[in-house]
Amino acid sequence: MRPLDHARLVAETASMTTAVRFSGVSRHFGPVKAVDDVDLEIQPGEFFAMLGPSGSGKTTCLRLIAGFEQPTAGAIEIFGRHVEGVPPYRRAVNTVFQDYALFPHMTVLDNVAYGLMIRGIARKERRALAEEMLALVRLPGYGYRRPAQLSGGQRQRVALARALVNEPKVLLLDEPLGALDLKLRGEMQTELKALQARLGITFVFVTHDQTEALAMADRVAVFNAGRVIQVGPPEEIYERPRTRFVADFVGGANVLEPDVAARLGLPRGPHALRAEKLRLVAAGDAPGGPFGTVIDADYQGATRRYRIAFEGSHLASVLPAGEAVFRVGDPVALAVPPGAATRLDG
Amino acid sequence: MTVVLAPASGRPPLRDRLSDLVVGRPKVLALVLLAPPLLWLGVVYVGSLAALLAQSFFSIDEFTGLVVREFTLRTYGELFAPANFDIIRRTVLMAAAVTLACGVIAFPVAWYAARYARGRVKAAFYLAVMLPLWSSYLVRVYAWKLILAKEGVITYAAAATGLTPVLDRVLAIPGLGGPSLSVSTLGTFIVFVYLWLPFMILPLQAALERVPRSVLEASADLGAEPRRTFRHVVLPLALPGLAAGSIFTFSLTLGDYIAPQIVGTSTYYLGQVVYVQQGTAGNIPLAAAFSVVPIVIMGLYLMVAKRLGAFDAM
Repeated sequence: MRPLDHARLVAETASMTTAVRFSGVSRHFGPVKAVDDVDLEIQPGEFFAMLGPSGSGKTTCLRLIAGFEQPTAGAIEIFGRHVEGVPPYRRAVNTVFQDYALFPHMTVLDNVAYGLMIRGIARKERRALAEEMLALVRLPGYGYRRPAQLSGGQRQRVALARALVNEPKVLLLDEPLGALDLKLRGEMQTELKALQARLGITFVFVTHDQTEALAMADRVAVFNAGRVIQVGPPEEIYERPRTRFVADFVGGANVLEPDVAARLGLPRGPHALRAEKLRLVAAGDAPGGPFGTVIDADYQGATRRYRIAFEGSHLASVLPAGEAVFRVGDPVALAVPPGAATRLDG
Repeated sequence: MTVVLAPASGRPPLRDRLSDLVVGRPKVLALVLLAPPLLWLGVVYVGSLAALLAQSFFSIDEFTGLVVREFTLRTYGELFAPANFDIIRRTVLMAAAVTLACGVIAFPVAWYAARYARGRVKAAFYLAVMLPLWSSYLVRVYAWKLILAKEGVITYAAAATGLTPVLDRVLAIPGLGGPSLSVSTLGTFIVFVYLWLPFMILPLQAALERVPRSVLEASADLGAEPRRTFRHVVLPLALPGLAAGSIFTFSLTLGDYIAPQIVGTSTYYLGQVVYVQQGTAGNIPLAAAFSVVPIVIMGLYLMVAKRLGAFDAM
C-alpha cells in the first residue's frame, strides 16, 4: 500500500455508511454526567464541529472517540466497528491535542515519525514519510529542531503532521486553535479547511468558539450540560436555532420571551432574533411604534451596536455604521422584517 | 491642600540610600546577594577540596611515619596494589548495585506519587518518604542490624513460615551470604538500599510530575501499547530524575563508612579505608588519594550519563 494514498483511503471509507456513530452514549464520573445519552452520526469525509461551553461534554465525546475514556452506557462505532473497550492504541483515529503534546525529548522529525516507528516501519522510510508530511504542513526542513524551538503555530502544525502521517480514518482535533493568537488562528482556520478538503479525511473538531465552528465545519453539534442540543449545517444552526441556549451561545441572538415577541408582532411563543436583523428607525419616522430607548451605543468600525431597553428587557441591534446614527437616550421604533425571527422550541 | 512627595529638606535616611544603590543595578544586587555564599563555597568548600587534592600528591615516609611534602605519584600508585584495588572494585560494584535496586524500587513509588496521589495521600507520601530522614542515621542502621541478625525478625519470620531453607540457601551464596544477614554483603546491600532510597524517589517523582498526561495519551493515540510508551516516552523523560537520584545513591554509597562497619562482613569499603588511613594509620596522603577516587568515578559517571543523553530532557 502506498503510504500516503489518501484518495484510495477515502474511496474505501466513503462506501461505508457512518464514520462515527454514538448510540445512547453516556459517560458519568460519579454523580457528574459529563456526557448524557448522546446520539451522533458523523459522515465520512465530513468536517464536523462539536461546539459548546466548557464542561458541556464536547471534549469528553472526543476522548470517547479516541479511546481515552470508555462509555458508561451506550455504543460507539467507528466505521461500523464497535469500539467499546478498545484501547486508544488499537483505534484507527489520531488526535491533535489542545496543548499539542509533542514529545519534548525528540526532534520534530522523530515526533512526526513516532506512529510509523511504533508500526515497525523502517527508519529510512518513516523519515522520508515524515519529511513529506512536514512539507504538507508547510514546515519543510524543520525536522531536526526540538519542539521547544518552535513557535505555537509551528508546534501545532507538527502535531497535525504527527497525527496525519498515520493516515487516520478520523482525525480528532481538541481546541486546536485555542492557544494561537487571533491572526494566526485565522490563517490556521483556512489552512485546516483546505487540508481537510484535500485529504478528505473525516475531521472531528472540538471548540468553544462559535465563529470558528461556523467558519470551518460542514456540520456543527451544539453541546450543553452533557447533551447534544442541535446538529446541523452552520447556516441552520445560526439562522434557525431551536433552543434559547443555541440562540444565545451561537452568535448571541436576542431571545424574545413570548410577551416581548407578541409586542413586536410575532406569533405566539419564544423567538430568537439576530442582532443584525433587528431594525431601528428614528421614532419620528415610524409613529406606530413599538418604541424602545437606546441605552448603549458602540461604534465597531463597519457596524454600530446598540442596546435597546424594550418592555423590561434588553435587545441588541447591529446596524451598518453608515445608517442612521442614534445616541444614548434616543427613542427608536423597532422593526422585525418578515421571517427574520425564529420560533424556539423551549 | 498640598501633597508632600518627599521630605522637604535634608538627605534621605541611610536605609533608603542603600536601597537606591541597588535598585536598577541588578549586577550590584546580585553581587551583594551572592558574595557570602560564594565566599563560603570558595574558601571552605573548594579550599578544603584543593587541600585534599594537594595532600594526595605527597607521600609518607615508611620509617618515620611522617608526611613527605614533595610531589609524587607514588601514593596514587598504591591505589592499584591488589588489596587496595579490590576495595575500590567492591565499593563501585556495591554502589552500582544499590543504585540499580533503588531505581527499580523507586520507580513505581514515584510513578504512583506523581500520577495518582492527590491531596492528603500525597502529603502522606512525602511524609513516608521523608520520615526516616528525621531520625538518626546510626539508630536506623543499628535497627537494621537487629532486623537482620540471626536472632532477628527475619530469621524468626522465615522459621514461622517455613522459609528457613530459602534463607539458608540465600546465605550460602558465596560472596553475598554469611552466617546471618547482618554479617553478609547482602545485608550491607539491603541497608544501603534502605538508606538512600528517598534520595532516588524524590528527584524521580519530580521528573515524572513534569510529564503531562497528554504526552502519554499522545503516545497511546499513535499506536503504542503501555509497554512501548514506557520505553519511548516515560523512561527518556524520567532519565534526568533517574540521573539525579543515581548521583545521590551512587556517591553516598561510595563515601559511606559507617553502615558497612555495622552491618556486613569485615571487608572494607572505600569510606572505611579513608577513615582508617587518616585516623588509625595516620597515612593522610593515601587517605586523600582514596578520597579522590569517588570524585573521579562520579566525574566519569556524569560524563557517560551526559553522553547517553540523560540530561537531554532537562
